[in-house]
Amino acid sequence: MIKPHALAAASLMLACSLALAAPKGETQNDPLGSHNWSYMRKDLFPANARVVFDERVKVSAPLTAENPMNVPVSVDAAALPGVTEVLVFADLNPIARIVRFAPTGAHPGLGFRIKLQQSSPVRAAARTADGTWHVGGTWVNTTGGGCTLPSAGSASPEWQKRLGEVSSRVWERKEGGERIRLRIIHPEDTGLAAGIPAFYIQPLDLADAQGKPLMHIEGFEPLSENPVFTVDIPAARASTGYQVSGRDNNGNAISATIEK
Amino acid sequence: MSRSARSLVALFTLGWALLLAAADMNYDLRPVRIATDTWVLTGLSEDFSFKNGGNIVNTGFIVTPAGVLVIDSGPSRAYGEQLRRAIARITDKPVVMVLNTHHHPDHFLGNQAFAPDTLAALPDTIHGIHSEGGSFNENMYRLIGDWMAGTEVLAPAKPVTPGPMELGGHKLELIALKGHTGADLAIFDRSTGVLFAGDLVFHDRAPTTPHANIPAWQASLDRLDTLGFQVLVPGHGPVTLDAGPIRQTRAWLTWLDKALRQAAEDGLDMTEALAIDLPAEFRRLAVVEAEYRRSVGQLFPAYELKALSRSGRPAQ
Ligand SMILES: [Zn+2]
Repeated sequence: MIKPHALAAASLMLACSLALAAPKGETQNDPLGSHNWSYMRKDLFPANARVVFDERVKVSAPLTAENPMNVPVSVDAAALPGVTEVLVFADLNPIARIVRFAPTGAHPGLGFRIKLQQSSPVRAAARTADGTWHVGGTWVNTTGGGCTLPSAGSASPEWQKRLGEVSSRVWERKEGGERIRLRIIHPEDTGLAAGIPAFYIQPLDLADAQGKPLMHIEGFEPLSENPVFTVDIPAARASTGYQVSGRDNNGNAISATIEK
Repeated sequence: MSRSARSLVALFTLGWALLLAAADMNYDLRPVRIATDTWVLTGLSEDFSFKNGGNIVNTGFIVTPAGVLVIDSGPSRAYGEQLRRAIARITDKPVVMVLNTHHHPDHFLGNQAFAPDTLAALPDTIHGIHSEGGSFNENMYRLIGDWMAGTEVLAPAKPVTPGPMELGGHKLELIALKGHTGADLAIFDRSTGVLFAGDLVFHDRAPTTPHANIPAWQASLDRLDTLGFQVLVPGHGPVTLDAGPIRQTRAWLTWLDKALRQAAEDGLDMTEALAIDLPAEFRRLAVVEAEYRRSVGQLFPAYELKALSRSGRPAQ
């Protein structure tokens, strides 16, 4: 079992334990009024990093989500110049981190679906080249339970046979460039349902036909079962085809070509 | 708003709602006579709330010399008991049969108010109540609170056989359909021309779709349209003398099916599908924004799966 996060997590913990005071000028006034923000700030970002609330990072999600297992979220940080990575998290989820992505050629945005345990802010923090984290977000209200329920897949051996299977399609966008949507068969179990260990997709890389990287995605437990991703490719990076590769936390490989 | 102010407001709102419900758990049920021997209790065109106690559904009953036939028992034990008392104010005939048109919570959670051997439904409805009734019941406690006091799932034991049924001189037709759920029972009284359509028909209120199969639902609407009824009792919304609500329900389902298929085929993300503008003709339907949002959540993944299945082969 490969745990690429162990090292990153350890270094983050070390950074947090230094407990440096937040640099001057950092906004502490959470526009979403969540009492967990200060913990998120401390847990998810290095103490000496600059973290600001910024409306240019757009998070779209329904204000009310009746199905806490499958809450649609779209992040768009294109209004910010030079986004190097984006961390998406939900303050009040038992596992706050949802997904991290680095747009290495793709549009700095991502569509996906998440499991929510209770009503919570859903935020995206986009890091720009100067190292500043720009945080946008929205509240999603839900009756909850999404993280502690087992996946449908975990109960059905039939689905295990199709584990990692990718369905996808490419669209030309009216505004130029292309859109890729892909769905991967995976139970995405959080490990919080009794007797069902965490089982979820970790790294996922999208590249063009020549193998040049377009987007690196790191999944965490709260991504929904059979995750669906929406990625936009600017005209300059449109390709004759695409490829996706990755693996889950048990080392199962995901690999597919995305043909037009 | 500060965090403590927000919590205070939330606490106050919750307390207020509980107080209201506890002080007055009266549904104020007033049966309206819509045809000979036939009475309907029309619910509000709203979502479930602490305020309405779940009284958003239409129930009805037919009084015959051989006893009373009840159609749907409402969202809670309290509703069922108040329905039973409302019937007793009109007739001293006993309730001999309670039909649950389908397995949604507002149509069967009043069952406890009636003798267990009077309860009946289509076999798949009984199955649905057994398998999903518990979670529906829990969810209703969250949605309407104290109104649910003492409510437990009581599934009918008696399966309904579709076809003609005579009761105290009323020539009834029990019609097994599907589409709103996997089993939808319509009750047509040939003696009075009254059609109880259950949730296959909504009127001036956007349809709910948690178990919908749109093509099957459309076929069921076509069937109802051929019955030659004089009075139409929809599952939700006002009673009418024409087929208007059937056309309205059909129009909504047709639009919804087309819009979601198109959205998926155009490569829209689910958040973009949620943002689609509703056509003007539907905007006057009660709770249409909320139902559209719920329908996207319930139905869009299937359209999406179809749209994505075209290409994208696993690598060798
Ligand atoms: Zn229904």
